[in-house]
Amino acid sequence: MTRMIDAENLTKKFGGLTAVDNLTLHVDDGEVFGFLGPNGAGKTTTVRMLCCLISKTSGTAKVAGYDVGNEADAIKIRGLIGFVPDNVGLYEDLTAYENLDYYGKLYKVSEPQRKENIQRFLTLLGLWEKRDVAAGTFSKGMKQKLAIARALIHDPEILFMDEPTANLDPESAKTVREFILELKHQKKTIFLNTHNLDEAQRICSRIAILNTKLMAIGTPEELEHLTGARRTVIQLEQVTAAVLNALEKLSLGKIVQDGSKLTVETANPIKENPGIVQAVVEAGGRVQSVSVSSSSLEDAYLKLVREQK
Amino acid sequence: MNLGTAWIIASKDLKSVRRKKSIFIGVILFPLLLAFLFPAVIALESRNGGIPASFLPELLNAFSFFFVIAVSTLPTAIASYSIVGEKVEKSLEPLLATPTTDREILLGKSIAAFLPPILATYASAVIYMVLIDYLTYPTLGYLNYPNVSIGIILLLVIPLTEILSIEASVIFSSRVNDVRAANQLGGLMFIPFMIIYLASELGVITLNNDNLLIIAGALLLADAALFYFSSATFRREEILTKWT
Repeated sequence: MTRMIDAENLTKKFGGLTAVDNLTLHVDDGEVFGFLGPNGAGKTTTVRMLCCLISKTSGTAKVAGYDVGNEADAIKIRGLIGFVPDNVGLYEDLTAYENLDYYGKLYKVSEPQRKENIQRFLTLLGLWEKRDVAAGTFSKGMKQKLAIARALIHDPEILFMDEPTANLDPESAKTVREFILELKHQKKTIFLNTHNLDEAQRICSRIAILNTKLMAIGTPEELEHLTGARRTVIQLEQVTAAVLNALEKLSLGKIVQDGSKLTVETANPIKENPGIVQAVVEAGGRVQSVSVSSSSLEDAYLKLVREQK
Repeated sequence: MNLGTAWIIASKDLKSVRRKKSIFIGVILFPLLLAFLFPAVIALESRNGGIPASFLPELLNAFSFFFVIAVSTLPTAIASYSIVGEKVEKSLEPLLATPTTDREILLGKSIAAFLPPILATYASAVIYMVLIDYLTYPTLGYLNYPNVSIGIILLLVIPLTEILSIEASVIFSSRVNDVRAANQLGGLMFIPFMIIYLASELGVITLNNDNLLIIAGALLLADAALFYFSSATFRREEILTKWT
């Protein structure tokens, strides 16, 4: 499979501050790659380096086979990628059509192709009827969709998206996510910056967790298993002190009470659950249900980020 | 550098400026006002006996210099809108992500800031010259305009002043986050030209052809110096990481 992005020890320093530290990752053709991390983790800086918007301090990176950091290649890379920044940055006094037409010209898309692409993307994103309306009058969701259409106007090989659903209402966020999934089905390579874990889990084929340094990389399933912890959830009629004492004596993992529900961290639920239930019942607890839940991507993310702190 | 790309950027900015009525009207109105104001002064004076023929050519030279003072501030309105405005609206980042060079973007934005003021100034200067010739012919006995002096002003001093003003606006744009603040800073560009005008009024210098050529030469040097600084300021990395 062709590697569309290949970074080796990519580093960016701003004076004495290291924003991205020795980042090594690759993204294959047709892959939707999620880039997770807290605010200030270096996600936007990484995207800006890969899009040749800012220079790298050290390391190497190739995008679509071209060298990031090489002046001549930078223009080629920018011509091959589409970029959706965290702020949509539309020309509010221009219409939706004019915004796309302007970018189509800058990407040197021929006039017939430009017209065809503008109609195709505005129709796909439900904006064709609003093509002659000034972008400044659009809702946040419509602006975000227009920014995505702008990034696709030249049919780029790789699409970089920086927090595409941030600040959107749930309905608009859903529409944008569905469109990204549509692009995924079309085998478009997407590099998705997000701190929406649910979004990353649903959309991305692989995910990297960054906190200046790369903390982990893998499929959502692989990352979920990073914490190793699983949980037994016991729904009781009532949680008493006797029940809690009985569970604490078993020397299990963390016990969390939420009303009449207890969540107990266990290393091996199959082996430990019979003893847990027995202890609860012997302590006078009346069990309504018992279930096992795996750790989530959120658990893995929080564990990795907290461990680094 | 691809001039076609710069023109695409300039065309878009010109379209935006045309839709911003306050900027567009401001750019046209000031030179147009000068075109009628000075002939009106001559017309009014003629009712009071008129200005002596010996004094008229020098006075008309001073009047012409006001077009230079006008263009020293006019492009800043457009440059501030097109650079600081885009910075504030965050539309610079997607533009910087296109396969354009920093110089193409800078040139495009400079063309957009350059064209409306110079066209408005030239059109106003033509009106001014026609009106002045009509009003002063009876006193002078010859047509004062066109002459070498206005030629130097229109073809050398005014374009060079505009370029200086645009370059200064680019540098100011990196330091402010507000179109109005950028405008106010750009507005200060009229000061050196006002000093030259006042010096001529006080008899310290005369705005004859030789001195106008010296002013044009000084502007050329200043343009070259500011070109270096504005190009160094208008770089992708600077814009995204250092512009306040």
